[in-house]
Amino acid sequence: MPKRTDINSILILGSGPIVIGQACEFDYSGAQACKVLRREGYRVILVNSNPATIMTDPEFADATYVEPLTPEMVAKVIAKEKPDALLPTLGGQTGLNVAMALHQRGTLDEHGVQLIGASTHAIDLAEDRKHFAAAMREIGLDTAASTEANSVEQALAFADTHGFPLLVRSSFTLGGAGSGVAHSLEQFKRMVAEGIAASPIGEVQIDESLLGWKEYELEVMRDRADNCVVICSIENLDAMGVHTGDSVTVAPAQTLSDVEYQDMRDAAFAIMRKVGVETGGSNVQFAVDPATGRQVVIEMNPRVSRSSALASKATGFPIAKIAALLAVGYTLDEIPNDITRETMAAFEPTIDYVVTKIPRFTFEKFPGADPELTTRMKSVGEVMAIGRTFKESLGKALRSMENGTLGLTGAEDPRDDEALAQALRVPHDGRVLAADAALTRGWGVERVAELTGYDPWFVDQMLQVVELREKVRALGSPAALDAATLRQAKRCGLGDGALARVLGSTEGDVRARRLELGVVPVFKTVDTCAAEFAAQTPYHYSTYEEETEVAPSDRERVIILGSGPNRIGQGIEFDYCCVHAVYALRDAGYETVMVNCNPETVSTDYDTADRLYFEPLTLEDVLEVVDAERAASGREPGLLVQLGGQTPLKLARDLEAAGCRILGTLPEAIDRAEDRGRFGAILDELGIPQPPGGMAGSFDEAMAVAERIGFPVLVRPNYVLGGRAMEIVYTPEQMRVWLEANAAEGTVLVDKFLEGAVEVDVDAVYDGQELYAGGIMEHIEEAGIHSGDSACVIPPYTLGRSQQLRLRDYTEAIAAALGTRGPINIQYAIKDDVIFVIEANPRASRTMPFVSKVTGVPLAKIAARVMAGATLAELRAEGWVPDRDTVLGPPLAHIAVKEAVLPFNRFPGVDTRLGPEMRSTGEVMGIDADFGVAFAKSQAGTGTMVLPAKGTVFASIANRDKRAMLFPIKRLAEMGFTIVATEGTAEALQHAGVAAETVRKFSEGGPNIVDRITAGEIDLVLNTPMGSGPRSDGYEIRTASVVAGIPCITTMSGIMAAIQGIEALRSDTISVRSLQDWHAAQDAGGVKS
Amino acid sequence: MHEALLVLEDGTSFRGQGFGADGTAFGEVVFNTGMSGYQEVLTDPSYHRQLVTMTYPHQGNYGITDADAESSRVQVGGFIVREQARRHSNWRAERSLDDELRAYGAVGISEIDTRRLTRHIRSAGAMRAAISTEVLDVDALVERVRASQGTEGWNGAEEVSAPEAYDFPAEAGRGEARFRVVAYDFGIKRNILRLLAAHGCDVTVVPALTPADEVLAREPDGVFLSNGPGDPAAVRNGIAAIKDVLAAEVPLFGICLGHQLLGLAAGAKSYKMVFGHRGINQPVHNTEREAVEITSHNHGFAIDAETLPSDGPFGRVSQTHVNLNDHVNEGLRLHDVPAFSVQYHPEAAPGPHDARYLFQQFCDLMTAKGNA
Ligand SMILES: Nc1ncnc2c1ncn2[C@@H]1O[C@H](COP(=O)(O)OP(=O)(O)O)[C@@H](O)[C@H]1O
Ligand SMILES: Nc1ncnc2c1ncn2[C@@H]1O[C@H](COP(=O)(O)OP(=O)(O)O)[C@@H](O)[C@H]1O
Ligand SMILES: [Mg+2]
Ligand SMILES: [Mg+2]
Repeated sequence: MPKRTDINSILILGSGPIVIGQACEFDYSGAQACKVLRREGYRVILVNSNPATIMTDPEFADATYVEPLTPEMVAKVIAKEKPDALLPTLGGQTGLNVAMALHQRGTLDEHGVQLIGASTHAIDLAEDRKHFAAAMREIGLDTAASTEANSVEQALAFADTHGFPLLVRSSFTLGGAGSGVAHSLEQFKRMVAEGIAASPIGEVQIDESLLGWKEYELEVMRDRADNCVVICSIENLDAMGVHTGDSVTVAPAQTLSDVEYQDMRDAAFAIMRKVGVETGGSNVQFAVDPATGRQVVIEMNPRVSRSSALASKATGFPIAKIAALLAVGYTLDEIPNDITRETMAAFEPTIDYVVTKIPRFTFEKFPGADPELTTRMKSVGEVMAIGRTFKESLGKALRSMENGTLGLTGAEDPRDDEALAQALRVPHDGRVLAADAALTRGWGVERVAELTGYDPWFVDQMLQVVELREKVRALGSPAALDAATLRQAKRCGLGDGALARVLGSTEGDVRARRLELGVVPVFKTVDTCAAEFAAQTPYHYSTYEEETEVAPSDRERVIILGSGPNRIGQGIEFDYCCVHAVYALRDAGYETVMVNCNPETVSTDYDTADRLYFEPLTLEDVLEVVDAERAASGREPGLLVQLGGQTPLKLARDLEAAGCRILGTLPEAIDRAEDRGRFGAILDELGIPQPPGGMAGSFDEAMAVAERIGFPVLVRPNYVLGGRAMEIVYTPEQMRVWLEANAAEGTVLVDKFLEGAVEVDVDAVYDGQELYAGGIMEHIEEAGIHSGDSACVIPPYTLGRSQQLRLRDYTEAIAAALGTRGPINIQYAIKDDVIFVIEANPRASRTMPFVSKVTGVPLAKIAARVMAGATLAELRAEGWVPDRDTVLGPPLAHIAVKEAVLPFNRFPGVDTRLGPEMRSTGEVMGIDADFGVAFAKSQAGTGTMVLPAKGTVFASIANRDKRAMLFPIKRLAEMGFTIVATEGTAEALQHAGVAAETVRKFSEGGPNIVDRITAGEIDLVLNTPMGSGPRSDGYEIRTASVVAGIPCITTMSGIMAAIQGIEALRSDTISVRSLQDWHAAQDAGGVKS
Repeated sequence: MHEALLVLEDGTSFRGQGFGADGTAFGEVVFNTGMSGYQEVLTDPSYHRQLVTMTYPHQGNYGITDADAESSRVQVGGFIVREQARRHSNWRAERSLDDELRAYGAVGISEIDTRRLTRHIRSAGAMRAAISTEVLDVDALVERVRASQGTEGWNGAEEVSAPEAYDFPAEAGRGEARFRVVAYDFGIKRNILRLLAAHGCDVTVVPALTPADEVLAREPDGVFLSNGPGDPAAVRNGIAAIKDVLAAEVPLFGICLGHQLLGLAAGAKSYKMVFGHRGINQPVHNTEREAVEITSHNHGFAIDAETLPSDGPFGRVSQTHVNLNDHVNEGLRLHDVPAFSVQYHPEAAPGPHDARYLFQQFCDLMTAKGNA
């Protein structure tokens, strides 16, 4: 069937900010869909509030709305654009929920918009666990015994009949939010209450426990001719009970016989048909009883998902792209397989390698969070690795993690047997390493499998690695390694680093010995068909076998190193920069080569770069890629290491030492910026102020510095990204406590903490002669709140012209002094009109995508070209760079606010107070001609800090802020808000003539503010912290607000902005406008993007 | 663990570890792209005497289960894998892959670059080869490979066919049997019999050389032509018998080799493919239902669709199924006599169940004939 011609324009919904459970896999999927639908000639309209996405690049859609993904806002877009169809299956749970809301409000019917890809009926059936379970019974499929409850009482009845453990999950939430396993009655009651609160329909689902069963996923597709195919099967290493997003998962399924697999396949198709997914992809999850083989359906997601992105990367079959084509009427047999070109998409990919995915967690950032893995997802990112055996892919995945893991090294585990057994029993990050320790202690396959719930087959694979590794250990030194043993070790996935650890040697020595013995990897191809047909798309992975498949070609090539697993402090923004570098350099005629190990990203889409190596970002693996590329081209490839964040930057020196050609800013210059001593010297020379401070190795030294510069001071370990373990210290006592907590960190930096300073980010590109200032961002929260966590504004909304010019001069001087060739990001703090430099990063920054979205100037592309040798003048001639930059050029006609999105709702009990340690997972952007509107949009976009237009405001303000708060809160009262406040704050307000009701603090016991918040009587919380840590009043207030899901503003500057936002909301003048329109209005001077 | 050697007639060689039985196995080397179903493959008589490599690296993970066997024994001459499971794990498992191969004298080789082997077969074609744990010198083994028997002109069906006739009664509990079917055993897979039985057929399985008059004497409602190994053109008696059955207008259903034999009997020609189709992910376009079926394949020969006669000895023959990947003929129907067949394996085992409807189609054909 040919494509539909009755529709011309299609609205696509993105998934909004990166949050736990919904990450950049939806940018990958959405970008694919936008691209292919435009190619098919449809007018594509996109709504996504996340500026760091590739899909929101203006060239990916005809009209790109960076607006909040709320029914209200999307309705405005619909009213304006009048799309013929809405494709809701690409924006994750967010996209589906918004689409359903628009349907229920009648917006879709009103404007004659038809849903394609999934009907409301299908979405309903799949999403409502009760209806779904009933539907499964109708088609004779097994589901866990379950019931739904809207009250604790109802829930208890079910518990009486089924006993514990029981599974509690709240309806219509993603990533298992508000879910868990209850082992006891008290636990059960609490979870049910929480789950009901978390559910938009106030309902929980309670399930019979299948803990310990094997968990599988099938990625299936269906077209409108009812052709169904399985794209990929996935087996979870972690048994049922650990969310698939938090599980180590393996593709394809390893321990299912064909008989069982085909039954599961039949069931998956039956489910798709029953649910009524007429076209597109779905993810179906199953549990299998290891003792009897009983198969139980867990759930199905009628949309592209995290797993479908993984499946696409694992097989080379682009599920989202095909789903988009199916949605507009094509059938699978009409769509070519773009890897083989000669065959069609109507087939089932078969692979001849093993794929392992390992989630990445960041519990260290959330003291107080429970690290046990449950049915509620907690990971913030993941890595994927490809090997010819499970052993090899597991080893490669472990060394991709970038959390210090080298692999199964059998490192001495201090825990006694009982503690170790417990570590195997309780799912948590790093359980695989505990299994390694247990096997190394000789516990054996049966016992380890019993304790972990891992299938014995996997455990035996691990044991094989352990046995071989001990054989290597026995040899004692790299010199004693023979080729045969070393080759075997490599085939088991043991990296040079792991072997070095095992042999008490260095990675360099192991590598040298390995090359001496001629033990080098070959590169095989991901081709969807296990080599049955020739592959046209060079998507490679390394393995230790005989035949390599990298095709020769003598074009000049550039290797771009990606940013590895998403984590807090290094997320999608850096992948965005890498992808832009690829686009820019490809257009400039280079052959582009991407190396990365993150399956969620656009950079690891096989058609982003000319060649993709899905490899760990370690020195060993990158050097092997460089060797392969050199061998294939007879030329020395250039390396871009400044775009992928800290990950490639950490490798820069060693790569250079190994003879690689680093492009752009050299490691030497990077070191000048990162080494505090050297950087300080440069600033002194330039006469640019930086906060006074010093280094300290002991408490006394730290106190000496503190005395010299005066408290408060900001302390941190040397060399950090994302402000790890950074803290503001007001007293010697706090200093002692912090130093004790961070004793391990060695020397620490002690800086004067600039109180109440305005923080500014500048993103620029420097080519050796000239600086292009891409944008100056003024932070809303004052310095002291990590730049990644504070809202920021382009153009600056309080800085004067002279200050902006001075910032530009400083930036240019520093870029020149460092020897920058490419991007540079500098953070400043302005206090009493003195501009202090906080830090300079001669690399791509977190804010680059935001700047480009706002100004329409592709900063990352310009940076990449400059790194490859072009000058800004040349690029200006090519039309990439405007005549004058954002500081010297005409002022922007619009204003944009970037707001951070924090994952506190995932970590109940964690203090939400912001500080110098970054904790946000993602960001949203609000753009408008008016600051208040832009700010209100940015808040609405977060989904968790939505500003109210009326209602009750609770204020509890620190003494230092009491003056500053009077005017804004007065304003709120004038706007009709009821004000309640804690005693001190209430008094201050009453003196100023503001009627304020006094409420008890939490610490004052009795009915207090926390009860009011929990009861939902408060719409907005204003709380500038007076203390932190558990038990303090501020802590209780903030955490209560998170649970209640109401905005809680913790800084005066934030409160000011909020007032303007609320005024905008009340004037109800909020309208939507596409980036293309904003940019056209701005007329960026005929610049390409 | 002991060394083993694999050589191809063109001199290509691979060194790996031996498993299963010791010795030397000669045969045609072919690859199968299924990620599951190794036991069904090993016991499928169509693989008789072949050296099969699985493109998926891990084999033997879920062990061996008697219920999954497609015949009474391991049929392959040798098995070539990247890694065989040292420890299998599945609640149904009864034995290990290693034990099973040893029990039936099949020679296994592991730890080799099976992707390199597959790519070589893809370009150079399926060819004669040998796996040995005895002869570890490449030239010596290549010599012997060049002297060994190939598949062209080889009548494998006679080798694997049942020595004499036996009955496979209709599945109990489905009312009394509705059809009497005679099945020619050219190397029949058990799941075909299971499915015929499940569709209410009382099946009598007869040896490949059984003359048509003996078959017709049983007054069957339908005749089934099974899958099997070797070159269809070499199965002369079979082709002759089929002509008589067609002449008698007894409903006919053929699978794989049976499909090729029906084609030849109806006047079409067969040819040897470069490396054939072996796997469980092959898309077949059903031109009558305008639908795609994901199907199980195992064939190195095929019917040339160009040669399907519009006016052959039994009238018009048309193509009903075609492979979406390479447009190879996958099914045919005779219009003037009640007969049809498919090149692929609707009984699956291993593989998807998409094409099971064909067994019902056979029953409908017999019913129609009965009422006529
Ligand atoms: N009945 C059950 N018993 C034990 N664990 C379960 C059960 N149902 C689901 N789980 C676990 O919870 C996880 C999340 O459940 P799922 O239904 O997939 O919700 P989500 O929409 O969050 O993915 C699953 O991956 C599985 O590991
Ligand atoms: N001297 C200072 N005074 C006030 N705030 C500071 C000072 N130094 C750093 N900060 C705050 O700490 C945050 C993190 O510091 P920064 O040096 O940027 O570390 P990172 O490398 O993690 O970005 C900054 O965004 C800023 O808000
Ligand atoms: Mg799930
Ligand atoms: Mg910073």
